[in-house]
Amino acid sequence: MNQRTKRIIQQTVLYALIACVVILSVFPFYYAILSSFREGTALFSSSILPEIGTLGNYVSVFTEGPFGTNILNSVLVATAVVCLSLFIAVTASYALARISFRGRGLLLMTILSVSMFPQVAILSGMFELIRALGVYNSLLGLIIPNTVLTLPFTVWVLTTFMRELPKELEEAALVDGASSWVIVRRVFLPLMWPALVTTGLLAFIAAWNEFLFALTFTLSNEVRTVPVAIALMSGASEFELPWGNIMAASVIVTVPIVVLVLVFQRKIVAGLTAGAVKG
Amino acid sequence: MTLALSANGAGNKRMQKSDLTSARIRSAWLFLSPMLIVLAVVAGWPLLRTIWLGFTDANLTDLSQTTFIGLENYYVTFDGEAYGVLVDPDWWNAVWNTLWFTVVSVSLETIFGLFIALVLNAEFKGRGFVRAAVLIPWAIPTVVSAQMWGWMLHDQFGVLNEILLTIGLISQPIAWTADPDTAMWAVIMVDVWKTTPFMALLILAGLQMLPGDIYEAARVDGVHPVRVFFKVTLPLIKPALMVAIVFRALDALRIFDLIYVLTSNSSDTMSMSVYARQQLVDFQEVGYGSAAATLLFLIVAVMTTLTLMAGNVKLSEDPR
Repeated sequence: MNQRTKRIIQQTVLYALIACVVILSVFPFYYAILSSFREGTALFSSSILPEIGTLGNYVSVFTEGPFGTNILNSVLVATAVVCLSLFIAVTASYALARISFRGRGLLLMTILSVSMFPQVAILSGMFELIRALGVYNSLLGLIIPNTVLTLPFTVWVLTTFMRELPKELEEAALVDGASSWVIVRRVFLPLMWPALVTTGLLAFIAAWNEFLFALTFTLSNEVRTVPVAIALMSGASEFELPWGNIMAASVIVTVPIVVLVLVFQRKIVAGLTAGAVKG
Repeated sequence: MTLALSANGAGNKRMQKSDLTSARIRSAWLFLSPMLIVLAVVAGWPLLRTIWLGFTDANLTDLSQTTFIGLENYYVTFDGEAYGVLVDPDWWNAVWNTLWFTVVSVSLETIFGLFIALVLNAEFKGRGFVRAAVLIPWAIPTVVSAQMWGWMLHDQFGVLNEILLTIGLISQPIAWTADPDTAMWAVIMVDVWKTTPFMALLILAGLQMLPGDIYEAARVDGVHPVRVFFKVTLPLIKPALMVAIVFRALDALRIFDLIYVLTSNSSDTMSMSVYARQQLVDFQEVGYGSAAATLLFLIVAVMTTLTLMAGNVKLSEDPR
């Protein structure tokens, strides 16, 4: 076998592997899109080729339940949680990354542990708290528990990012007698926009996908977020799930997230690596 | 005299420096206080209350009427019969399910992730496109992917049965999520599909930091690529790989949404989180469910502590 044929075989194997990986990654979502345009008996055809479909499922998903409200709820809750987390995390991460004080290592370890601990471990305590605050079955009652998910993660990633910035940055400001607050606002904040966007996006995705709290702390359909609405969609009878509607709803909520992820691809990968590998 | 002066000067300087340092430390705690308060309210307090409720007979219908019952939720003997979470076969079934799920899914994700990362690290046309395609499973919300797969795995109309029947791999449709033999494998399959991209990207980041000249040297010496992988690549990316595996494993131990949506409360796939929530909400047994949740918390806490102690995690690293 000469060099040339060997090279061709190698290339063919590589591209065949790549094709397999791409097909396996994309197929389930492709099939969900196909199914979402199929109604009635066409839904049960399980053909994997596209055909001219109908928009019926997309209409009925909005008319048969408060799905529009569910989307709005998800957007409101995720946005509020992200803004709150970022706001609190900026100053905290400055202190954790740039000032050395006793107990810093322990504090960072605690924050990391909080982001690792199982959500169900605070479920009953949180339920009690939410009942006591009178925010059960309301959007505020979803924002509060979601902070547990996003805040430690946000602090952790921003701390990793801040630690990478050169020391000379603040030394000049310190010599000029600037206070820590001025340093954060004037020196670090302008440099942190890329990191804030990435962290914010990852926190948004986490809050958008949150299921356990949203399932447990809501009662009525109008307060539910998208994941709970999709999980609990039911049809006319118990044994007949409205698969067409479920697929249409899935496509509606997934397309924006997929687009966001693809647009911010590089930043997201960088943020995830900062959050995990450096840990 | 000169000596005294200079010593005095040095003392002054040190005084000033420690003034500045203590001012910085004060502002550090001030900066940390909002986060500490929020975390204490939304994480610390509920956690303590959950642990406390695990020692009571609390019921969801009226949380204000609770009595302390000690360890009775965990273990109690009554007329020679033992009761409590620790002797509940359903709990141990959930523990076993969760551990089995964690070991199998994380192993598969590591192997496939490593494989995909190596492929993505090679030079080929359209690499950017492939990388984007691989990210799609990760971007899809867990509940959505559970529903998508639930539909693909449907026993009568599922496309997977259709494809396997056409190829001839199976002779009759399989009820993937309902059959006790396949239910856990269905859950593992969906989790591997969804999480492998995350692993692959973390490993890829590790691979891209490796120096190229080692590979050049190995190529010149005519070392077989497989040997290069096991002797050079794997040892070099091991630290990054271990961190990724640990994070994934801790995440897998608390799995809830995928299992709940794909197979609901079926005992074949019930995880520790699903068990605890079922006791808490469906059976309204807040005390008993809190005890189970506390046990899960302890398991994860012990594993996190061991990992943090074992791994050389540099947490208090100074700025460069």
